[in-house]
Amino acid sequence: MAEPTKTVKCLVWDLDNTLWQGVLLEGDDVQLSEETRTLLSTLDARGILQSVCSKNDFADAWERLEKLGVAEYFVHPAIGWGPKSAAVRDIAERLQFAEDTIAFVDDQPAERAEVEFHLPKVRCYAAEQLPELAGLPEFSPAVVTQDSRRRREMYQAGLRRDAERETFAGPDERFLRSLELVATIAPAGDEELLRVEELTLRTSQMNATGVHYSHEMLASLVKDPRHRVLTVTMSDRFGPYGAVGVMLLELHEHVWNLKLLATSCRVVSLGAGTLILNWIADQAARADAHLAADFRRNERNRMMEVAYRFAGYTTDTCDCLGILPPPDPSDVERLHLVPVMHDASSTVRLNAPDLRGMHGQPA
Amino acid sequence: MTIESATASAVTTEAVTATIAEFLKSKTKAACAADTDLFAGGLVSSMFAMQLVVFLEGSYDIAIVGPDLRMDNFRTIGKMTELVLRLKDDSEAAGDPADGI
Ligand SMILES: [Zn+2]
Repeated sequence: MAEPTKTVKCLVWDLDNTLWQGVLLEGDDVQLSEETRTLLSTLDARGILQSVCSKNDFADAWERLEKLGVAEYFVHPAIGWGPKSAAVRDIAERLQFAEDTIAFVDDQPAERAEVEFHLPKVRCYAAEQLPELAGLPEFSPAVVTQDSRRRREMYQAGLRRDAERETFAGPDERFLRSLELVATIAPAGDEELLRVEELTLRTSQMNATGVHYSHEMLASLVKDPRHRVLTVTMSDRFGPYGAVGVMLLELHEHVWNLKLLATSCRVVSLGAGTLILNWIADQAARADAHLAADFRRNERNRMMEVAYRFAGYTTDTCDCLGILPPPDPSDVERLHLVPVMHDASSTVRLNAPDLRGMHGQPA
Repeated sequence: MTIESATASAVTTEAVTATIAEFLKSKTKAACAADTDLFAGGLVSSMFAMQLVVFLEGSYDIAIVGPDLRMDNFRTIGKMTELVLRLKDDSEAAGDPADGI
C-alpha cells in the first residue's frame, strides 16, 4: 500500500519573480497577479501556513508586502542575505514543524538546489508550478474545519500572547486574568464533530481513556437522548484558541457517566481542564446525580488522572456504579465523585448550557 | 560525609519547605508562605498540578499515587512537606528507599 501523501503544513515563498513579478532591488514596480492572490487565500483557508524567504532588504520587502495587502498571510518572514536553507530551517523550527511538512517555491534553480541539498525532506517547487499547486494532493488536506480556516489567525494570536507573557512581570494568575478568557461549552453539531474527532486524535496527554471515537459514532451519539456530546471553545483578547475540548456524557437518573474528556494541551495551563470538571460537577450536583468518570491509564495521560484526583474523584465504590453498563473497553476504570456545586471561575468567563434542559429530561 | 547521608539530612521539614518554596517562586513568579492556600485564587491548572507532583517525586524519589494525589495534600507548602516526609518515612520503613516503586 502506498503511503498517503503527507500534507504540507507551511509553504515558504521566494519573492522576486515568484510571489510577485519583477525584482524589487532593481527598482521594478513589482506586481502581484490575481492568480497568486487567489492561491494565497486558498491555501490560507485550507489551514496551510505561509512564510517568505527572500534575499532582499527586510524593511523594503515587508513594506511592499503590506502595500500589496498580503503581509498578514505570512508568519516568521525570513528576508535577508543568508543562505535560504538556513532560513527555511529556522522557519520550520520556529513553527515546530517537521522538515517534511515544509514546501519551498522559488524561480531560481540554484536556490532550490541549495535548499534541497541541505534539507532533502523539504519539498521544492519551481515558480512555473504555481498554477497547479492548489490542485496537488499535498496541498489538499482531507478535512478542512473552521479551526483549519482560522489556523493562521490562531497562530498569530498565539505569538502575540507569548510575547505579552514574556514581558509580563507579575504573577501568572494576574497574567491569566489579564487575558480576559472566555470559554463556551455547547452541544456538538456536524461541523464541531469533525473538530472533535481531530481533537481526540491529537490530545494524548489530556485524554482520559485514549479511546478514539469516530465521527460516525459521535454523530449517532448526538442523536441518542441519553448521551450528551459537548465541545469547548476558548478565546481571549488576543484571539481564538479554537475547539479545545470535548466531553461525552451518558446520563442516568442517579449517575452521570463521563465517558470521554479530552482537552487540548494548548489550554491546559489556563485551567481549562479544571474549568470543565468544575462545570460538570456543578451540573451533576444540581441534578442530584453522582459522577463516574472513565479513565484508562497509559504512558501519556497521567495529567488526566491528576486532574480527576485534584477534582476529588476517587476509586471508592458506590451503589451508583452498579447502575452503569460495564465499561468498554473492559480495562477502563471508573473514578467516582459525589459532586458539589461550584462558584463561577474568577479567571474565565463561561457560557454553558443547562445539561438537563437539552433534549428534554433523560429517563 | 557520604552522598547518602547528605541526601538523608536534606529531608527535614525546614529543607523541604525551602525547596518547595523556591520551586513555586520560579513557577508562579510570586512568593508564598508555608500556609498560603495555593488554590484559593482561581482555577488550578492541571498542568500546574502535574508539575507539582512530578517535582516532588523527582526531588525526593517518592511515588505519589492514588488517594495521595488529592488536592488537599498540595494546598499549601506545609501540606506538601508533610506528604513528602510521610512518603519518605513509609519507603524507609519498608526498607526499600527507591527502587521498589
Ligand atoms: Zn455514587
